[in-house]
Amino acid sequence: MTRVPTVTLAHGGGGKAMKDLIHDVFVEAFDNPLLRPLEDQARFGMRELALLGDRLAFTTDSYVVDPLFFPGGDIGKLAVFGTVNDLAVGGAVPLYLSCAAILEEGLSVDLLRRVAQSMGAAARLAGVSIVTGDTKVVPRGACDKLFLCTSGVGVIRAGRELGASRARPGDKVLVNGLLGDHGAAILGARGDMQLESPIESDCAPLHGLIEAVLAAAPGTRALRDATRGGIATVLNEMAAASQVAISIDEAATPLRAEVKGFCEILGLDPLYLANEGKLVAIVPAAEAQAALAAMRAHQYGRDAAIIGEVFEGEKGRVTMQTVFGGTRIVDMLVGEQLPRIC
Amino acid sequence: MKYVDEFRDRAKALSLVAEIEQLVARIGRPLQIMEVCGGHTHSIFRYGLEGMLPKEIELVHGPGCPVCVLPMGRVDDCVAIANRPGMIFTTFGDAMRVPGSKKNLLQAKADGADVRMVYSPMDALGIARKNPDREVVFFGLGFETTMPSTALTILQAHAEGIQNFSIFCNHITIVPTMKAILDSQEMHLDGFLGPGHVSMVIGLDPYEFIASFYKMPMVVAGFEPLDILQSLWMVLRQIAEGRCEIENQYARVVADSGNAQALTAVGEVYELREHFEWRGLGSINKSGVKIRSKYAQHDAEAKYALPGVRIEDPKACQCGEVLKGLIRPAQCKVFGKSCTPETPLGALMVSSEGACAAYYQYGGGIKLNVRAAL
Repeated sequence: MTRVPTVTLAHGGGGKAMKDLIHDVFVEAFDNPLLRPLEDQARFGMRELALLGDRLAFTTDSYVVDPLFFPGGDIGKLAVFGTVNDLAVGGAVPLYLSCAAILEEGLSVDLLRRVAQSMGAAARLAGVSIVTGDTKVVPRGACDKLFLCTSGVGVIRAGRELGASRARPGDKVLVNGLLGDHGAAILGARGDMQLESPIESDCAPLHGLIEAVLAAAPGTRALRDATRGGIATVLNEMAAASQVAISIDEAATPLRAEVKGFCEILGLDPLYLANEGKLVAIVPAAEAQAALAAMRAHQYGRDAAIIGEVFEGEKGRVTMQTVFGGTRIVDMLVGEQLPRIC
Repeated sequence: MKYVDEFRDRAKALSLVAEIEQLVARIGRPLQIMEVCGGHTHSIFRYGLEGMLPKEIELVHGPGCPVCVLPMGRVDDCVAIANRPGMIFTTFGDAMRVPGSKKNLLQAKADGADVRMVYSPMDALGIARKNPDREVVFFGLGFETTMPSTALTILQAHAEGIQNFSIFCNHITIVPTMKAILDSQEMHLDGFLGPGHVSMVIGLDPYEFIASFYKMPMVVAGFEPLDILQSLWMVLRQIAEGRCEIENQYARVVADSGNAQALTAVGEVYELREHFEWRGLGSINKSGVKIRSKYAQHDAEAKYALPGVRIEDPKACQCGEVLKGLIRPAQCKVFGKSCTPETPLGALMVSSEGACAAYYQYGGGIKLNVRAAL
């Protein structure tokens, strides 16, 4: 096997160079029995799946983050945990992931290996297997270094029904910790702000925490991970899907002082900053304290809080009681948040 | 967070609101107070301040959002510069979405122009240093708040002899525009909240005519919600006591005499234009500045041929009336219909500091159950 320092178009040719690269980088990092035969597809028995539940959950997501490595994580970790979380918020036990990688000609093979090993480590931590994959190489400039796409399969236990449309007036709104860390970490890591920010991404797999919450609060109505668009976007989606109003309390919203400061300086709103290890949970009032306690007992939920409540009112409307005593609407963002001029 | 949370204290807010209510009762008539600065407009909506005030007080959201009042023709000029071969066009983030007659800078970037978002003109100068074989232009805009930083950047470029860096100057100045508003026959204002950051540079003297000639009270205000409530209370106290003065609530930042160093840099680099076009308000005499000929090599207007076409505001747009407090944003014919933050027709829908965008996003036009929250 020939080892080369950078990815070339030859690696995308389907020949020996590609095989070597896939073996050297991905197979070694992901190693598991389902991947090992290296067929064009992974095969898993339905009987074992049926033991875990009565429905399959299936999801897909692409990862194009810049920079590839940032405080608290990297694109590989993100690609595993992001897809694990998309399965988990549906109440599924995440099991199998695919990984498609689009590489830009000239990418360092060592860097690619670091990403693949990070994916392997993340998968082992989350208890999932990366069982199939694909690699393409595109000419320089046709993509930015490295794009990843992961799809995931999980199984939902019988009787478990979660959905954004199930929120009811009186329900409580919970989050599992400090908001906006990922968005602030990425903006800080891009370096063009010259802010020394010690903020780390919150990138984490949430299925363990979700199992704990569902055990403590089996009546939980809805869970959704608050990635791009932040909790503001998730709350708007839930309020619209359930035809209810949601009100949150700014004073109860957990925010790191550094993230607050970061937002103050740049004129950004932390409610819209991305998270990679935070979810919004809608829980019946009677089970809210149990859900909160379950979150706080888990390593990814220590700063969990009840931040608001669902009520009858203008359908689809999300409002916030400001720390100052006023009320304002929390709407969907139109485009990207752009830092203000002054 | 230190130095921030203290200015968002709910209990202090409530006692200020109570005092404001007493003053309003003493004055005994409806009042229109204009906050000149877009930063104030943003805070007012972000903290839901309007809903906390007695109904007799109407806040009129003034013209102090530099992004909003930028005319479409100037954005077309930006796009023309950005489209030049080899050009790197740099800009503050929220100027990217300001509409031109055909496209904004975000669209120009998507179509292949090298448009980069920076956080300071010095960053743009850094890009010029790193790319000596390419031309770099910074989109300079804003009031006196941002003028010193672009002036100092030009002085720095000049001192280093950097040839490939210039600024497309769209800086404007607030005082002539306040005068134009005061001269407007339709105005019924009772007082001003003065711009905090502008005043940090220019001090209080330039506003003196507002009190002495127009007999209007004004309080230079900070940007935290308590700053704004206290400033409002100070304006009302002046009205109740029959005084017209320029007061400074934001003394922790604003020195009465301004910032001499900043003013020196501004005076060195810039001179007044005869007139400048404002979106929604039209042409206003001596309301903009240009780069002095001494620094022409850093002046994009002198360096490049620009289309310089004046584009009329859309006919249906009523931004001018909103700016003067004659109608509320939601009363405009196109508000929320053909004019939304996705596709802004009018100036005030453009930036989050624009009154209409703030109404749209934070629901100023919608009656919320605010009293219950107190």
